[in-house]
Amino acid sequence: MSSTFPSAPSGPAAVSRARVLAVTSGKGGVGKTFLTANLAAGLAARGKRVLVLDADLGLANLDVALNLFPKITLHDVFTGKVGLEEAILPAPGGFSVLLAGSGLVEYSRLTAEVREQLLRIIDTLGPRYDHILLDTGAGISDVVLYAVSLADDVLVLATPEPTSMTDAYATIKVLATQQNRREIRLVVNQVGRIGEGRVIRTQLQLVVDRFVAPTLPDTGAAPTLELIGEVPLDPAVREAVQKRKLLLELLPGSAAARAVEAIAGRLAS
Amino acid sequence: MQLLQQSGRELPDRKQVGHVVWLQAVLDGLCEISSRDPLTGLANRRQFELALAREVDRVARAGEPALVLMIDIDHFKAVNDAHGHAAGDLVLKAIAQALDECIRPMDTLARVGGEEFAMVLPNCPPSFGLAVAERVRLRVQARAVAVTPGQQLYVTVSIGGAFAPQWVRSSAPLWIDRADQQLYRAKAEGRNRACLEQPTVSLVSAEEKGLLFGTSTFQDLE
Repeated sequence: MSSTFPSAPSGPAAVSRARVLAVTSGKGGVGKTFLTANLAAGLAARGKRVLVLDADLGLANLDVALNLFPKITLHDVFTGKVGLEEAILPAPGGFSVLLAGSGLVEYSRLTAEVREQLLRIIDTLGPRYDHILLDTGAGISDVVLYAVSLADDVLVLATPEPTSMTDAYATIKVLATQQNRREIRLVVNQVGRIGEGRVIRTQLQLVVDRFVAPTLPDTGAAPTLELIGEVPLDPAVREAVQKRKLLLELLPGSAAARAVEAIAGRLAS
Repeated sequence: MQLLQQSGRELPDRKQVGHVVWLQAVLDGLCEISSRDPLTGLANRRQFELALAREVDRVARAGEPALVLMIDIDHFKAVNDAHGHAAGDLVLKAIAQALDECIRPMDTLARVGGEEFAMVLPNCPPSFGLAVAERVRLRVQARAVAVTPGQQLYVTVSIGGAFAPQWVRSSAPLWIDRADQQLYRAKAEGRNRACLEQPTVSLVSAEEKGLLFGTSTFQDLE
């Protein structure tokens, strides 16, 4: 695939490529788009070049979250109506976005072409950014799994709610068994008290060690969950979401904003 | 009209039944022709894709397991080369019939390419998948095809199968893709065999949930 595009000059001066991070959750409605957008803003505030790619092609809502009403979307790029460059939009928060546009349900049928397209986009834009964040859809559909497979790192988002934990676990299981992921990052959103994220990580890791690790081909390397942050349940988040603003811009001093900042700091380093 | 006559379909007498009924019969006949493979009488590729799309929707909604099998006759070109295309057609018809004997009323069996057939099996539990595919393979293997008086041929098939993902929003092309990959594997591993994709382990068992929410462990950590 990559050979069809002009490759970077080899040697010590080779262009560095963006680190691609997929944000996924299993269950919907746990704050994937919220976290992705605010992490992007946090990274951008640290001087990083950041692109968010709305990989939730069936039911994209990044545009709604950011209060953008794009005339040009990924759909136009896929159909060749516009070039890739024209579809990259500046977002509030100082990062760039490639939006899917809501309701492009037809991509659930065009997937073979779409995966080529996604691969091409990431290949082409990789050298120009420090971070590319993929906001994936809910569930563990083929499209989500494919989007995740394009990423260097994967971040699973969960909340302390039992259904969310179960779905996060199911996601981790599929990523470990089908994509051979050995390192999975975890963020726990909407925690009620400090340290709840750590408890949930330990609990998930326990089940992974017991039930997932033995099914893997080389049982020596069990998948490890790395907790890279917990975000407290905070009315500020609700306010920002309702106003369709970035939390980091609207209420930067809030507890949730500081927590997201800390996660961005960990991703940046 | 010529199309309908060729397909051997009887139309009612226009004067006796009236225009409306007659026209309906013509339309029904044309619909039937457009969804059938003329040689074998099985569903054609178009009909197969419709059935598959319907099944994708159903699986997403009801969460029932469904299996698709891609079935390819081994070394079919050699049959044509050695015995002629007429013999090849007889083989296709006989295999179509053998396959038809393996399916349940709700299954869809189609001829989707030259020597390629496909089956959509709704509500097929993962634990039955290989048994179903093996039954198909053995049935074909046992079928003697009389190509000329006194000359019988035996052919085999390679089968690739994949279950629909249990989670929402998959697509028919991806599903076929996955079954095709297993078909390539069956061919590469020596033909006359059935290969099934391991079903996605996306279900969380009661034991796993027990450990995940084990209250005692929760307390230990605090």
